[in-house]
Amino acid sequence: MSEVKFVSPETLEQAVDEYSKSSKEGKTKILAGGTDLLVQIRSGASQPDTIIDIKNIKELKEISNYNGSYTIGAAVAGAVLDEEKDFGNNWPGVLEALRLIGSEQIQGRASLGGNLCNASPAGDSVPALIASGATVNVKGPEGERNMPIESFHAGPGKTNLKNGEIVVNFQFPKKQKHSGDAYIRMIPRTEMDIAVVGCAVNVTIENDKCVDARVALGAVAPTALLVEDASKALIGSNFEKDAVEKAALACEAACNPIDDKRGTVSYRKKVSKVLFKRALEKAIERAKRG
Amino acid sequence: MNEMDNKWIGKNTIRPDGADKVTGRAEYAADTIMPGMIWGKVLRSPHPHATIKSINTKKAEELDGVFSVATSADCIDFPVDTPVILGIQDIRWMARNVLAKEKVLFHGHPIAAVAARTEEIAEKACELIEVEYDVHPWAIDIDDAIKPDAPILHDFIKFDGRPSNIAGTLEHKKGNVEEGFKDADIIIEKEFETAAVHQGYLETHACLVSVSPDDKTTIWSSSQGQFMVRAMTSFITGIPQSSIRAIPAEIGGGFGGKTIVYLEPVATILSKKSGRPVKMVMTREEVMRASGPTSASKSRVKIGATNNGKITAAQGTFYLQAGAFPGAPIRGAAGCCLAPYDIPNAHTFGYDVVSNRSKVAAYRAPGAPIGAYAVECVLDEVAEALKMCPLEFRLKNAAKEGTKAVHGPTYPVMGYVETLEACLSHPHYKAPLKKLQGRGYASGFWFNAGGESSAQVNITEDGNVVVTTGHPDIGGSRASIANITAELLGIDINRVSVIIGDTATIGFSNLTGGSRVLFASALVVTESTNQVIDILKDRASKIWNIDKEAIEWENGEARPAGDNAGKFKPLSLVELAEKATPTGGPIGAGHQVNTVGAEGGFATHICDVEVDVELGIARIIRYTAAQDVGKAIHPAYVEGQLQGGVVQGIGWALNEEYIYNKEGKLDNPGFLDYRIPVCSDLPMIDTILVEVPNPKHPQGVRGVGEVPIVPPLSAIANAIYNAIGTRFYSLPMSPPKVLEKISD
Amino acid sequence: MAKIQVKTKINGEETEFLCQPYDTVLDVLRRDLNMTGTKEVCSTGDCGACSITLDGRLVCSCLVLAAETEDKDIETIEGMAKNGKFNVLQKTFLEHAALQCGICTPGMLVAAKSLLEKNKNPTETEIRYWLAGNLCRCTGYDKIVKAVQAAAEEIRENA
Ligand SMILES: Cc1cc2nc3c(=O)[nH]c(=O)nc-3n(C[C@H](O)[C@H](O)[C@H](O)COP(=O)(O)OP(=O)(O)OC[C@H]3O[C@@H](n4cnc5c(N)ncnc54)[C@H](O)[C@@H]3O)c2cc1C
Ligand code: FES
Ligand code: FES
Repeated sequence: MSEVKFVSPETLEQAVDEYSKSSKEGKTKILAGGTDLLVQIRSGASQPDTIIDIKNIKELKEISNYNGSYTIGAAVAGAVLDEEKDFGNNWPGVLEALRLIGSEQIQGRASLGGNLCNASPAGDSVPALIASGATVNVKGPEGERNMPIESFHAGPGKTNLKNGEIVVNFQFPKKQKHSGDAYIRMIPRTEMDIAVVGCAVNVTIENDKCVDARVALGAVAPTALLVEDASKALIGSNFEKDAVEKAALACEAACNPIDDKRGTVSYRKKVSKVLFKRALEKAIERAKRG
Repeated sequence: MNEMDNKWIGKNTIRPDGADKVTGRAEYAADTIMPGMIWGKVLRSPHPHATIKSINTKKAEELDGVFSVATSADCIDFPVDTPVILGIQDIRWMARNVLAKEKVLFHGHPIAAVAARTEEIAEKACELIEVEYDVHPWAIDIDDAIKPDAPILHDFIKFDGRPSNIAGTLEHKKGNVEEGFKDADIIIEKEFETAAVHQGYLETHACLVSVSPDDKTTIWSSSQGQFMVRAMTSFITGIPQSSIRAIPAEIGGGFGGKTIVYLEPVATILSKKSGRPVKMVMTREEVMRASGPTSASKSRVKIGATNNGKITAAQGTFYLQAGAFPGAPIRGAAGCCLAPYDIPNAHTFGYDVVSNRSKVAAYRAPGAPIGAYAVECVLDEVAEALKMCPLEFRLKNAAKEGTKAVHGPTYPVMGYVETLEACLSHPHYKAPLKKLQGRGYASGFWFNAGGESSAQVNITEDGNVVVTTGHPDIGGSRASIANITAELLGIDINRVSVIIGDTATIGFSNLTGGSRVLFASALVVTESTNQVIDILKDRASKIWNIDKEAIEWENGEARPAGDNAGKFKPLSLVELAEKATPTGGPIGAGHQVNTVGAEGGFATHICDVEVDVELGIARIIRYTAAQDVGKAIHPAYVEGQLQGGVVQGIGWALNEEYIYNKEGKLDNPGFLDYRIPVCSDLPMIDTILVEVPNPKHPQGVRGVGEVPIVPPLSAIANAIYNAIGTRFYSLPMSPPKVLEKISD
Repeated sequence: MAKIQVKTKINGEETEFLCQPYDTVLDVLRRDLNMTGTKEVCSTGDCGACSITLDGRLVCSCLVLAAETEDKDIETIEGMAKNGKFNVLQKTFLEHAALQCGICTPGMLVAAKSLLEKNKNPTETEIRYWLAGNLCRCTGYDKIVKAVQAAAEEIRENA
């Protein structure tokens, strides 16, 4: 630790500038809530020589709703988004996924941007974001771009961000009528654990028929997965048993997990099916309500 | 004295140290500072098993900001083949556990330590220490350690004449088991295993040590015994005990894990070599990797009974993993497991197995939960085969006053049967269960303990009271001592202050552990207070010029015992204190003794679970713990002991485990993946305090802290079986394990 | 190395300190400001013993960089009793024997206070989930939950 620099820019331009400049010279880290970064610094896994705190940048802390389409700043903390009641009415699955992260203390800090950029295969908000169809706005030295969440990650701990790029905010589609999303995860305790498996489902129903569906899984592969075969099995169905079973099998087949201290391959596969069914049920119930 | 008349005993008073603890004022070891203080850090082994060929500390010593470096070369040399016994520990092992000598025996084993201006510099200096290793194969699990070609940790340990990792055995025998099994109509025999679990005290080990040039040493540390700290530090550093003053800081939990030293001798050496006070604080990861969990185990239990429900014979074999050095709690497993029952023929056997893990330390009723887990699960199966209610079955075989226990003693008055009866008549016993819910029962026993204890009771000049005892207070023992003293003196509780003395201010007192503290300290405090009362009567007799025998002490004052004694206005404690100087000087008394008469404690638990069979998750939905507590001096803190112990047992049963990876390293050294129960995992824990006073104690106290962790493991396993019809023989019953077994 | 100068408010008091970039608020509180009421148990956000509020929000002080607290409002356990008087939670914790060793207590109190500021009538489940990030190994949580319930009741009665 020779000369570690801590900066807290007030504009996005300054942040991008600093980030692209300093990351050419050394190890630079963006600091949102710090609930991943500080743990990594503490363990020695990360030893940045520049830390850029992005929490004083307006765009990254903003929550806005334009014509029913939400934009959520990348650094908005879980506890803050929770207070935005209408967001929770629109995207209960995304909110519940974000709110599952850590304790109330962690919620005071943890952000969607941090969860996404940390790129843990088990990040809870990621499957829910994928299922919602949200995209992410990114700004870098070469300008802005927009990416679907499902193509954001390159592997465990790896993103497709280019040098100097910062995640600015999340863009949610306008919520469809009679649609609903849900996220469920399996953890051994009731709180304070990392997901062994997570599953998010977002469905739209018209006349009892599934007209749209997005299914995503977490912690079962190097990155969170959009399970298109599951969507296909559901779309056009009345959620009859066969269709649901087929979608569940698609979830199981999509899993490419590892054995680790948190769960075995066979456990994760079995559980992915169960969670899919439970999340689906919850999403359908929500869709029917609104 | 009539129970009902008690003013303070049995009351939930506010604890003397409470205000400090709710305001953040209380000083734990890591909160202490000294002028000129520097920081110590430990270099730990990267290998699970290796011979140390050389240690070169030169570069570390030369680093700017470094004051001193310590290795085992700075410690007293204890040859491996000569035992040096201190309590239940052997200083040969303790010294090598504190700083490795010939070999490193587990990943995280301390090798050297550095004291420097800041923690960062000390850490950096540790990295500059060069150690040459000869790396050996390692054995982590019991099976690996006892197989024929296992890597041997200690060459000189022999079993059956050959070098072995079996470091010791222990056996209890009663009657003739072979004959006993012949009399049985049904015999059930099963094998069990449990994972190593950590005490999980929240406060990490910490100390601050200052050694002056004449070797006068002051140690502030959080431990379960300042005298243990003094003795072990003295042994390892060679500084005489009289030169060491060990001051007990407030302690943030121990559960047995702070009955040995890790840092104190190291900090003492670093301070002595640097001339500066040295502070050392372990990280959570260091605690998990290198401080003692309790044993992993494998066991086999066989029980036979007649068709009418009488147990005829029981046999148990328990292998307990000790970690790097001998000392697994086989006595607790083999000694406690059958203690609640009157069994004519029994044989239990324990094996102490070393392996390349951190040395185990005591954990609440050491060994007893492991033994009870196997026995109480088999009993459940026997009761089922006999179509008997598990509680009725236990009642039929319950040990009572006069029963000769398998582990030796003949029981005096005791309350095991009462705990069973309390459960049978509790609404929980009959409460309806839903689908996938189940109910399990189990009992448990712990020896409890007495041992050395000292107290001093002093009357202040303004007529109030200061009590000093020698056992660190972890769970509220000061509150109970205050209750007893106020009761005996007949004064308001707020006039009594209770403190824990350091090694220079109070006589030798044994560890806080084994559920001994209140038993022992209440004895010596009672004796001291009675002596004080005697002195007070003596002073009154001088003032009134009458016989001391004609004076009685009541409600905080001396009174003439009757009209014959004369008519005098009573003299209060305050008045007598005012007149202390002319009547003979300061008023106070102390007592120190090896306390005896501790009697065992029994408990019976009822547990309800609900199982999510699709995910393999078992949740505790209701829990009731009945225990013979002797006499609850401060009921709320007794309940707290029961609740805390039960919840540790729940963690042990469901999710806690030491997970080792292929490199022989602990894979979950933090609270994220070492899963102790969190608040939302649990229901309220109901308690039933059965009070069968210990006849050998002035207030009837039995220990209460250990027993509650004994029954939960099996109560939960039995409840899961009751819910889903699958029996589990391996702990923890974590979701992947449970689901795998259900789907088979 | 150049230290960072930070001006912040701690328990209502303007405070200035110098810190290193990697220093957490917990490091500065305990080591530099000698405010050791806030406890360090895991340093990784898992236990809640280091709980404080930052601009009114409950956080783990081990996961906040000290350098981030410029112009912020920090509340710690030391600020909980006002004018020498216990906060109602401190009182009910004592009355309900909600502490044994007491190392989790400061964090538990700070977290519980933050709950009751948000929700004056929490259910048992709400209390249990709110406090899930505050580990306690001694009590089994039973008496802690009861003490929070008692405090909530007292607050409602006095409202
Ligand atoms: C006790 C505890 C429990 C936890 N439990 C969970 C859990 O249940 N589920 C779960 O998913 N996670 C969990 N986490 C992990 C963590 O809290 C989450 O991943 C959280 O969402 C991270 O957000 P943050 O704002 O704190 O990220 P930070 O730590 O600030 O950042 C994380 C990473 O993302 C980068 N980054 C952050 N924002 C941006 C941006 N806008 N642009 C570019 N890069 C950026 C940072 O440089 C860093 O590498 C837990 C952590 C702790 C300490
Ligand atoms: S010390 Fe901060 S959460 Fe444990
Ligand atoms: S009282 Fe000891 S950890 Fe909570």
